[in-house]
This record gives sequence, structure tokens and C-alpha cells, in this order.
Amino acid sequence: MSEVLLSIDPAVEAPSAAPSAASATGVVQPLSQAVRGRPGVIVRVAGDLAGQGVLDAGELERRLLELGFVEGARVEILHEGLFGRDPIAVRLDDMRVALRRREARAVEVRFEDSAV
Amino acid sequence: MTATVLQPARIALVGNPNSGKTALFNALTGSRQKVANYAGVTVERKEGLVTTAGGRVLHVLDLPGTYSLRARSPDEAVTRDAVLGRLAGEHEPDVLIAVADATNLRLVLRLVLELKQVGRPFVLALNMFDIAQRQGLRIDLEGLSRELGAPVVTTVATRKRGIEDLVAAAEALFVAHAEKANIWREPTAAEIRAAHGQAQQIMRSYVRPAERPDTLTGKLDGVLLHPVAGLLILLALLFVMFQAVFTWATPAADLINDGFGALGGLIGQIVPEGLLRSFLTDGLIAGVGGVLVFLPQILILFFFIILLEDTGYMARAAFLMDKLMGKAGLHGRAFLPLLSSFACAIPGIMATRVIDQKRDRLTTILVAPLMTCSARIPVYTLIIGALIPQRNIWGVINLQGLVMFGLYAAGILSTLIVSAVIQRLFWRTGSEPFMMELPAYKVPDAGLVARQLWQRAMIFMSRAGRIILPMMVLVWALAVFPGPPPGATGPAIDYSFAGMIGHAIQPVLAPIGFNWQMSVALIPGMAAREVAVATLGTVYAVGDVEGAGLSALQGLLHAQWSLATGLSFLAWYIFAPQCVATLGVVKRETNSWLWPAVMFGYMITLAYLASFATFQAARALGWG
Repeated sequence: MSEVLLSIDPAVEAPSAAPSAASATGVVQPLSQAVRGRPGVIVRVAGDLAGQGVLDAGELERRLLELGFVEGARVEILHEGLFGRDPIAVRLDDMRVALRRREARAVEVRFEDSAV
Repeated sequence: MTATVLQPARIALVGNPNSGKTALFNALTGSRQKVANYAGVTVERKEGLVTTAGGRVLHVLDLPGTYSLRARSPDEAVTRDAVLGRLAGEHEPDVLIAVADATNLRLVLRLVLELKQVGRPFVLALNMFDIAQRQGLRIDLEGLSRELGAPVVTTVATRKRGIEDLVAAAEALFVAHAEKANIWREPTAAEIRAAHGQAQQIMRSYVRPAERPDTLTGKLDGVLLHPVAGLLILLALLFVMFQAVFTWATPAADLINDGFGALGGLIGQIVPEGLLRSFLTDGLIAGVGGVLVFLPQILILFFFIILLEDTGYMARAAFLMDKLMGKAGLHGRAFLPLLSSFACAIPGIMATRVIDQKRDRLTTILVAPLMTCSARIPVYTLIIGALIPQRNIWGVINLQGLVMFGLYAAGILSTLIVSAVIQRLFWRTGSEPFMMELPAYKVPDAGLVARQLWQRAMIFMSRAGRIILPMMVLVWALAVFPGPPPGATGPAIDYSFAGMIGHAIQPVLAPIGFNWQMSVALIPGMAAREVAVATLGTVYAVGDVEGAGLSALQGLLHAQWSLATGLSFLAWYIFAPQCVATLGVVKRETNSWLWPAVMFGYMITLAYLASFATFQAARALGWG
């Protein structure tokens, strides 16, 4: 009932970042820039958004997916570390997951209203 | 004719981390389990036996937790290879048990869909089902079973509920022999997404969300993960932990010491004076005692570590420490192995297998011995007691305590600096991504904690004991042979092999302020750091360094060593690789002599430089 969002077909969703935001209300932002306590829905997971890291983009993407960062999942930052507000602990559907903001750049989230 | 022996079956437990898999393994096999290593790799292999109602023996293998068969760490590779029947030296499992936390099904359902492709028959165990019921979570078991094409059993591992049903289901699958072709291959991102969609679909059809979801975890996290309060609580916790390790362990360690001392005395009365008595009391009994004496500290430390893991707090500690560890180029998870290294680098190095990436893991292994392990404590205590005055500065701070703190701080600081240097300069990589589930908090099960503690103790005794004991006997031999010539006046060790080596290397150690007695003590001190104390007792001919002997030795050192020499010796022990057991375990973990050699080289260089700087600076200050 509450989680009516079906997992979005990646073939349709993946190629471009911008159009998905236009199709619904709200603002699309990387999870790394999200504000604590503001819930949203993941619209896109793409490893190359995180830039060059230890893992190649495809591997990062698969790891995020395996941990439940998948299009359609509800996400919200619950806690932030003391130094540089990093890492972050997020609610991911019914789970809690910790990650660094660096990797959180690979997750794009639609937050409902643009005002905080 | 009824005595036909039923063919035994091989069962493997697979599941996400934090699914209660270890508890389930424990409930299934009870005390009939043994811990070893997989051939060729250093991942722990836990196997146990269970007998079914019909009398069939099941060999149950507890595989490392994973979110995917696509292995990312050595542990997960074991799980993948075992499931696929590719693991060297292992038979493929006949039946898999997929273990799921019933309150957290989404990710494990995706893993189950992967398992299904393997084609091996499996049963899904919905563990922690009591918590699911308490939360008002409804699961259509029949529907789920139909959808997955596998039996579904509910279990409460900690109360041993559902265990018989699970065993019966596994046995039935074994008898049915319903194997299919293996069509598993590493999924692509698109396939993982598709599987998630399918898992989501299954969730929607057969699982009704919890009416009373767990709110305690959120409330606790509000405090425990608070940027300031959370860190303070973690520090307070660590403080209590180390207080306990050092204060609670002392009476037990004293008891062990006294017991072995008394045993040695008893043998001394029975066996006549001579080589045999010397071997029995100074070689063998002292050797066994030297292994056992560390057990109290290790047990107390692991008691806390297991408790922190089983409550779910360990993941929070890693979260809180990640930034600091990240500064050193390490992963938040390196916190646990490094913390363990405070007791002993050996379990610490063995615990590095929780780190996914090979380079991060190697770095952590290389720096773990820099953390101040408990074997350094006797050395530190001896030297501090002998040379640092027992007085307070500013009325409140105990000077001896301050020096001890300084030694610990130097250990931690050098650990962080050396790892940053290795990560940045040698590997030239950033650190591995830090991503981990923060599991719901749980009340730990007393029986499970006790069993894990027992296993840790056994692992320590067999692995460390097997190396330390022969080394102790070797050291005894080095110090005893050849015997002194007739009419000799000095202590016997002066004429022995150890004495010869000590005298030979002494010129090299002169610039760092070491006399020949210290140089001699370094040789047997290679067996284990604390052995140096006993050897100093021998070369200074005070005999047994327990009780009165220890004060006598401290008095002698006070009279004969300068403060500069004492400080230099302390600086040496911060860095020096004075432990063959550590080097041995590094060889086993990295499967190469290269890394122990690198470790030995860099540590002894640092030790020499630190001692040289300390000695020369102290002399310049007039402490020579």
C-alpha cells in the first residue's frame, strides 16, 4: 500500500539523469548531498556518478544493488558522523545501512517537496 | 538387519550476515562441532554433526555470511565455492539451508533466488521467527514455499524451536535427490535489479509488513550513533573494556602462575638436580605456563568483542570509527582487528578477514603488531617499575601510569601513521568503500556467547600454544647449552649459545644503549615478548621472576641501568617484531614468506631508529 513504487526498469531509467525528475514532482539529488531526516525514493543507481574510486563503476553499482540500494527503495539519512558529517547511516526500506558520502554519490534520490 | 547405516548427508548453511546463522548452527549441532581452517585459505571452517530422528548423520557446514554468491572477500569466495562444489578439499553439499532473519527478508530473498539457480535442493529457515511474530509480521509460509519451490521452516535458534522440523526437511530433500542443473553465473547489474524486482514481488504477495516494527533500534541509535554522545559512549566502553582486561585478568593470571610455580616446585622435589629437572621445570612447565597465562586476558577481551558483535553494536563502532580509520587509509572494519590486537596481534591478524579488499587487509595485517599487545605489559611493567619514579605530577597524575599511557599512545599513533604511509605511498590507492548493514539490536544469547568464547580459547591454545611451547623449549636449550666450564664464576647463560649471540650483536646495539644482558634477552625474547623478562631474570641470576624475584630484578635494573637505557628499551619494544608466533600467523594468512619478511624488516628498522633517537635524546637531557 505504502510502497506502491515498483522497481523501475533500468533499461528505461538508466540512460539519462534529467528526464526522470521532470516526470514527477520533487527534486532529484545525489544521496551524498541529502539532508538528514528527509525521506525520498531512489530513482537511479549508477556507479559512474561516484567518480573514480577504488572500485570500478560497475562493481560499485553491483555492490550498492546487493546491499539494497535499488531503484524504488525508500531512503532517508538517519545519522551522520562527527567529522565532515561522514559517514552516513541511512534507513533503506526496512533496513539500516552505513556508507560514506563518497559512495552515496552513486545513488540519486527524489525528495518529495523541494522545500526543506 | 536393522543395522544398515544410513548414508550421511552434507548440509551447508548459507545466509546474510546477521541472520542468526551462527545461532542456528549452534542449535543444530550443539557441542558436536569443530573449528579448523579451509585447506589453502585462512577462512575458518566450522563443521558440526547432527543426527536425524531416523538415525542419519548430517555433516553441517557453517559458511561465512554473504549478500551474494558474487564473492568480494576471501570469506565470501569460500561460501561461493562451497555452494558450487568447487572448493578444494571439500565435498559439494547435498542440501543447502538458506538462513533468513524473518524480520528482514528482502535481501535474503534475492540471495535465495541466486541459490535457486545453483540447482541444489535447499530449505529456507525463517529464523528469529519469535521476533517477527512479536512485531506482528505475517508471512504466508505455504505461498512462499510454493513460489520458491522449496520447503520453508520457521525457527527460533536461540530457543531451539523448529530445529527438528528443519533437520527433517533437510533430510527429506537429501532422500528425494531432486537436483537440477546448475545455471548460476555472476549476475550483471541488470540481473541484480531484476532479481530485486522479483524479491519485491514475492514480499508483496506473501509478507504483510510488521504491525509493530522494532522502534528500539531507532531509539538506541539516536543516542549511540549521535556524533558526540555516540563517540563518548564508545570511548567509555573501550575504557571499561581495557580496565576489565587488565584488572580482572590479573588474579586469574596470578593463579595460573602460582599453580605452575607450585608444580615446578613439586617436580623439583621429586626429580634430582640436573638436566632433566631443568628441562621439566624451566623448559616444559614454564613453557606451558607461558602460554596459559595469557588466557585470562584473551578470554575477557573476546568476551567483550563477542558481546559487542552479538548485540549489533560492533557495526556501530565501525561506523563511529570509520572517519578516523579512513584518515589512516583504512576501512572502518579494520577497527575490530586492530582492537583485538591490544590483547594479541595473532587473533587480530586472524580477524582481518572481515576486510573485503586484499590491499586493505594486508595493510591492516602489517600494522596490527604495532598495537600494544598484552605480551608487552610484563616488559613495560618491569622497566617502568625499575626506572620510573613512583610519584605524582600535579598531585593527581601518576608518573608511571603516564609513561604506560605514553607507550600505548605511541603504539596507536604509529599504527595509524604506518598504515597511512603504506596505503598512500605504496599502494597509491584510496580506501575500500565502507558499506555495511547496521543490524537491529538484539539481546545476546548466553549459551552462544559461552560457546564462541570457548572456541576462541581453544583456537588460541592450539595455534599460539603450538608455536610458543617449542620455542620456549628451544630458548631453554639455547640458554642451557653448552654448559659452563668447570670453575666458572659468572651465570651459566653467559657461556651458552644465547650468551654468545648476545655478545656478538652487542656492538650493533651499543649506540642504542643496550648492554650485553639486554642483547642476550632479545634472543629468547623472540619467542614471545614477555620471555625477555624471564631471561633478564636468568642473566642477572635472580632466578624466578615471580614475586620476590621480580622485585630483586627491578632493584638490580634500578642500580645497573641508566634511565636512558631503560627508555631506549621501552622504545624498542613499541616497534620490535619480538614475536615469532606473529610472523608465523602472517605467513599463514598471506600464504607467503614475503609479508612476514617485510613486517620483520620495517619493524626492526623502526625499533632501532626509535631506540637510537630515545637513547641519544635522553643522554642529551642528562639521563644517561
